[in-house]
Amino acid sequence: MKEKILEILSEIRPEFDFENSTDFIGEGMLDSFDIVSLVASLDEEFGISIDGTEILPENFSDVDSIYHLLIKNGVTK
Amino acid sequence: MNLKFHKKKITGILTVLPENEVNFDDEIDNYDFSRGQSMKLKLIMGYGKRRVVKEGTTASDLCIFGLNYLFDNNFLKKDEIDAIILVTQSPDHFVPATSHIIQGKLDLKQDMVCLDINQACSGYPIGLNQAFMLLDQEEINKVVVLNADTMSYKVSHKDRGSRPLTGDAASITIVENDSSDSVIYGSVYVDGKGADALIIPAGGFRIPSTAKTAKLETDESGNSRALDHLVMKGDDVFNFVQKEVPPMVDNLLVKADKHKDDIDYYMFHQPNKFMLKKLADKMGIPYDKMPNNVVENFGNASGVSIPTAITHNIGDKLMEGTLLLFLAGFGAGLSWASLLMKMGNLDFCNTIEFKN
Repeated sequence: MKEKILEILSEIRPEFDFENSTDFIGEGMLDSFDIVSLVASLDEEFGISIDGTEILPENFSDVDSIYHLLIKNGVTK
Repeated sequence: MNLKFHKKKITGILTVLPENEVNFDDEIDNYDFSRGQSMKLKLIMGYGKRRVVKEGTTASDLCIFGLNYLFDNNFLKKDEIDAIILVTQSPDHFVPATSHIIQGKLDLKQDMVCLDINQACSGYPIGLNQAFMLLDQEEINKVVVLNADTMSYKVSHKDRGSRPLTGDAASITIVENDSSDSVIYGSVYVDGKGADALIIPAGGFRIPSTAKTAKLETDESGNSRALDHLVMKGDDVFNFVQKEVPPMVDNLLVKADKHKDDIDYYMFHQPNKFMLKKLADKMGIPYDKMPNNVVENFGNASGVSIPTAITHNIGDKLMEGTLLLFLAGFGAGLSWASLLMKMGNLDFCNTIEFKN
């Protein structure tokens, strides 16, 4: 699942190295519009709808936090 | 706060859209998006065509145009109007009230109530709530609720958060007493601690407009705007809506003893497609019961987006029969409000174009 997350992140902002960062927001790699795009892509890829109340910057700070967000929203694979 | 009204009804809804249309594709270069990002956001957010007034046109112009249409087509008579409520955040002037200007220009009777209400995206249900209350007065039999905004004047052309979504429009809703035992359920909520989430900082008495407040400044997100422009903290507003609207809906359904499936349509304020889809998903409401197509076709004109969604999507159905509707608005204030009511067999429910 983490590989897929990295693949989607790279599609949205190909200029950044998401694999070696733990602070996507603080390092300016994702802004709020990128998060919207990311959520839409994750929803489509994993067949879910991430809860709107969980679309908070802290849930998109690194690959692990996105991974846990997906698990919380019902992704099992 | 829960509200309940007996023996009131809506008898007609008219939406007035400026004929002037702006297309997102023609504005892309104004914003700090890559072309790929623009195309993706266009689909997700619903960026598309927006209706905006041309320089010099105000909210009262749109309202007067619509009211004259109703007079000319015999849907409304001037001497029947006992009250005008104008919901707007873009008045013609600070003084006097714009509803008074409309009353004067249309030569309406003096023996009437005219009120301006300063509300934005929750303004439509709030204006209707006030109309229902006025109808409890013996001498008030017909209230005209005007909801109009021309906020395109106040959104920076370099603000990618707000500009691609903002439209201008007006609506006219006729509210009357009902001889049947109809019951309308409503609710209103306020959180003034979030007042700065959607704000025009300058131009009022706190910070009067000056040359300095008109100067564009670029923020950390790359948006350039002046203190005279609308500022929206998009993240805060999004989270407020996702947190507060679903429980408001659940609460009113319980009060009305209705199930989600009993509602024919959820006609919500139209901030953007993404936010509405997330709300629908969270509440388990099918997209076809909660239209989200106003922004992409006309832009978001604050509270007017609710009557626009109604006339655009179910206008014909409301002329021919009756539907159970859930209306909800949410935005600046912060405020959020709702109505659950039967609506139908309307005298008119359509959209017209303002020519300028």
